[in-house]
Amino acid sequence: MITKRIIPCLDVKDGKVVKGINFVGLKEVGDPVSLAREYYEQGADELVFLDITATHEHRDTMVHIVEKTAEQVFMPFTVGGGIRTAEDIRRILRAGADKVSLNSAAVRNPDLISEGASQFGDQCIVLAVDGRMRSDGSGWNTVISGGRIDTGMDAIEWIREGVRRGAGEILLTSMDADGTKKGYDLPFLKAVRKAVNVPVIASGGCGSLEHFYEVFEEDAADAALAASLFHYGELTVGDVKRYLHEKGVPVRL
Amino acid sequence: MIGIVDYGMGNLRSVENALKALQAEALISDDPAVLSKCEKIILPGVGAFGDCIDNLKKRGLDTFVRQCIEKEVPLLGICVGMQMLFEESEEKGRHEGIGYFKGRIVRFQTDLPVPQIGWNELELKDIPLKSRLSEKPFVYYVHSYHAAGYEENDLAGWSFYGDVRVPGLFMRGHVMAAQFHPEKSAADGLSVLNYFLREFV
Repeated sequence: MITKRIIPCLDVKDGKVVKGINFVGLKEVGDPVSLAREYYEQGADELVFLDITATHEHRDTMVHIVEKTAEQVFMPFTVGGGIRTAEDIRRILRAGADKVSLNSAAVRNPDLISEGASQFGDQCIVLAVDGRMRSDGSGWNTVISGGRIDTGMDAIEWIREGVRRGAGEILLTSMDADGTKKGYDLPFLKAVRKAVNVPVIASGGCGSLEHFYEVFEEDAADAALAASLFHYGELTVGDVKRYLHEKGVPVRL
Repeated sequence: MIGIVDYGMGNLRSVENALKALQAEALISDDPAVLSKCEKIILPGVGAFGDCIDNLKKRGLDTFVRQCIEKEVPLLGICVGMQMLFEESEEKGRHEGIGYFKGRIVRFQTDLPVPQIGWNELELKDIPLKSRLSEKPFVYYVHSYHAAGYEENDLAGWSFYGDVRVPGLFMRGHVMAAQFHPEKSAADGLSVLNYFLREFV
């Protein structure tokens, strides 16, 4: 039986792991390679590195982190942030990453999804979508650049197009839930799940064990991603998995 | 020396890293002359079947793989590398494979999300490999297509995705082939690789 995945996310800036609350007020918490190794040993099912470095000069730092991680960690990992061209995708995958996640760059240039999927396979293209509920409550808009720009584009429609273009997985972050620790955005996740038939990773809002249970119990996602919860040692991946196992959710122990 | 077949597709670095962690010497090459000096061969692969087999043929490496099989050089196919050892695939058109294993590669028929991405329990026949793995081994799969119409005797291990019995591991003669990614399947995955390196002949 396929198990539900628990995915720690490491936000990396200038070669160091940081985590922001609603993407502002970043605080340094450590070395990405050793954190990756720590999560691997805790039994994480996958990892996501999100490169939030603003400048181009630090891109090589990320490639180096990917190489080092791939030498020590024998589980899949995804790299997102700053990937703008098919050549960027190739470099990251060659360094040892299994997937790339595309966000703002895919909105600006949707062909990046199609090119990536046809050159490297659908399975390694994760479409990351940040969404925020419209003020009239009629649905969700796609936001980019860390939530600063509302594209005015319906998130569900964008996800449908992304999957048509070959995205093999959706990483959905609710900007309404992110940083609140009040739980994943279940209505948003369910709307995505209804729209497409590729796996969905829930992101944003997780603050407790119950939130992991809730998202799987409601069948709102195939995987759940969290960052600060793990980085600050509030919970270990093992704690989450044992809890889910006791509650009857299939997990890899 | 273990030869990893490089035909421009696949996460070769990950396979090499896993072999290094198991203290095996490995080289990556697209040159049949170099690869033919290796004691064992690994054929990885990600992406679409058609692209993989075309790239393999372009470099004359399909012939090399066939020669390995004839000469009884132990061979391990991974993911699309496994799929290419079957007769044909229906992924994006019809493509002919190497045809060592009987059967074809077909798309998942399920209401669950496709691709299957994630960790699934590997159930094994009563074979020596079984005792090398943990009691309840999990392995990592990423695929939208799987083998069908295969010989039951060739099947060594499987997983369930909903109601579909997904063939996970094939073994016959000197060939092993895994639909899952042993190089990405933590301790149990490394044990599968270690079995291929140290015990499988």
